[in-house]
Amino acid sequence: MVVEERAVGKTLAQKVWEEHVVRRADGEPDLLFIDLHLIHEVTSPQAFDGLRLAGRAVRRPDLTLATEDHNIPTTDLDKPIADPVSRTQVETLRRNCAEFGVRLHPMGDIEQGIVHVVGPQLGLTQPGMTIVCGDSHTSTHGAFGALAFGIGTSEVEHVLATQTLPQATPKTMAVDVVGELPEGSTAKDLILTLIAQETTGGGQGYIVEYRGEAVRSLSMESRMTVCNMSIEWGAKAGMIAPDETTFAYLQGRPNAPKGADWDAAVEHWRSLATDDDAEFDKVVTIDASTVTPFVTWGTNPGQGVPLSAVVPSPDDFDDPSEKIAAQRALDYMGLTAGTPMRDIPVDTVFIGSCTNGRMEDLRTAARWIEGRTVADDTRLLVVPGSVRVRLQAEEEGLDVVFKEAGAEWRGAGCSMCLGMNPDQLMPGERSASTSNRNFEGRQGKGGRTHLVSPEVAVATAVLGHLASPADLAHA
Amino acid sequence: MEKFSTHTGVAAPLRRSNVDTDQIIPAEYLKRVTRTGFEDGLFAGWRKDPEFVLNQPAYAGATVLVAGPDFGTGSSREHAVWALQNYGFAVVISPRFGDIFRSNSGKAGLLAAQVEEKTVQKIWDLIEAQPGTTVTVDLVARTVVAGEGIDRVEDSFDIDGYTRWRLLEGLDDIGLTLSHEDAISTYESSRPSFKPVTM
Repeated sequence: MVVEERAVGKTLAQKVWEEHVVRRADGEPDLLFIDLHLIHEVTSPQAFDGLRLAGRAVRRPDLTLATEDHNIPTTDLDKPIADPVSRTQVETLRRNCAEFGVRLHPMGDIEQGIVHVVGPQLGLTQPGMTIVCGDSHTSTHGAFGALAFGIGTSEVEHVLATQTLPQATPKTMAVDVVGELPEGSTAKDLILTLIAQETTGGGQGYIVEYRGEAVRSLSMESRMTVCNMSIEWGAKAGMIAPDETTFAYLQGRPNAPKGADWDAAVEHWRSLATDDDAEFDKVVTIDASTVTPFVTWGTNPGQGVPLSAVVPSPDDFDDPSEKIAAQRALDYMGLTAGTPMRDIPVDTVFIGSCTNGRMEDLRTAARWIEGRTVADDTRLLVVPGSVRVRLQAEEEGLDVVFKEAGAEWRGAGCSMCLGMNPDQLMPGERSASTSNRNFEGRQGKGGRTHLVSPEVAVATAVLGHLASPADLAHA
Repeated sequence: MEKFSTHTGVAAPLRRSNVDTDQIIPAEYLKRVTRTGFEDGLFAGWRKDPEFVLNQPAYAGATVLVAGPDFGTGSSREHAVWALQNYGFAVVISPRFGDIFRSNSGKAGLLAAQVEEKTVQKIWDLIEAQPGTTVTVDLVARTVVAGEGIDRVEDSFDIDGYTRWRLLEGLDDIGLTLSHEDAISTYESSRPSFKPVTM
């Protein structure tokens, strides 16, 4: 009797993983080849030092790219960095890149920008690749169907020296996004809702794949917003299967394959989608049709509620440690349980970062603010994710729209996403921010952060309190 | 990296969950280009509070940090591990660690010992009732032992086998990988031509 063999299918993550195994041995993690290593000034100096100490070279400078982003100011770009410690860190990157032969896009260069904005816009980020960077938001690149994750400085040194990383095989999880996002709800609202549903540790140990019609219908830039925040619910990486949207975005970009290579690449990329009979270790479901504008109230990205809700009470939580965390968060944020989220006044609005600092985000923000003005006691900072984004926005006249509304139009960089450069909150100052982290002090010591979409950010800037564009009609 | 087999030291309770790496060391302290000197930034946002656990004389010289779930989430900064080590910590115990933090710990030689939440609760209760109590973390036996007599808390902890072996042997990851240089070269020779290069 012939026993029919049932082939067990593979997930997107498993396929990309398998294609990069350099060495596999019992009792050891797989040794994975790394297709692209992105570098910035904060997490690399000690790695280059390590190479020097051991007398090692960068194995594949041709698979390595550096940019300056975390420390750099977004004003006075023609002047040296004022903070001497920041300046030293940036200059150290320049010296290291020169010494080890790594391509660098420094301040003033047309390709400079946030590392996770630069990779995709150059077309260096492609489906099926392994991409690492000493930065947790490397998960952004998973939007292309790449396996992309953040690493520490010891691992940066390891990749520089060997172009590989030993990695224990993670589990895989499917996030099935059912239904369609309603009008007025965005990719940012979707991912913030998911993180609140699954909590900050929910994805821990998994590579997640975002699936479903609502995901398929997202633009590449929105997909990047979703994958960017995978780390905020603890996932190792977040991926979206490459499709026509992906190919259309990539074709013609400077580092995208050309000619016969393009055809071969697309054929291969099409084969990466999760097989119908593949099994995930875990499946979670989220109903996109119920997603509404969503904002955080607390000090981790899982502490969020719909904009239409009120500030929760510690009593709303059953888990004792969540109860304590909620009380601590309310104290830090200076909020009272029961306050409608829309009644929370905001001092500073930040539109930018690797989460929401791309063209689509700026176009959306400009569309809503055109003909309106920033509220009297509020300031609005608009910071493009890269020099290319800034130039494109200026070509479209978006800078004029922002400036006429009373916003500050800045140079490219990480800016107010983290307190490493001059763009910071003052103690007690409250922000609505399109970035990814609302941790205590993240945007400056004592600063209070509400994570929001670009749509909510711009409506908040106009009205001076947390709001969505729907509120502008009534104003 | 130095070999790690067993460690005994005063344990400090950090009764908080979701201690992200921005709390362990805020961004403004990440500008050094060395691996040392980060102790100044450790828990910088909390250190000014006299009630903060590390400011209490009873826990002076603590080398074992006992933290709540989801310790080390967020940013990939290995500076968080260095700051803990520079301050004097050799071990962090938690019911769940952020992935990148745990990996960084293994590379830098800080032991991240994962135990059940109820064990953390018991150790907290013990070291708060008897400040200065020592905890022994045995990497060979994979056990955590706190206190003695009837108050003694003992449990096993989780750590992946490969990281444990590397810590026990004090092995350098890069050296291990470079011993498989031929496998890397073989792989490189078969990569598709459509893969991008940066130069």
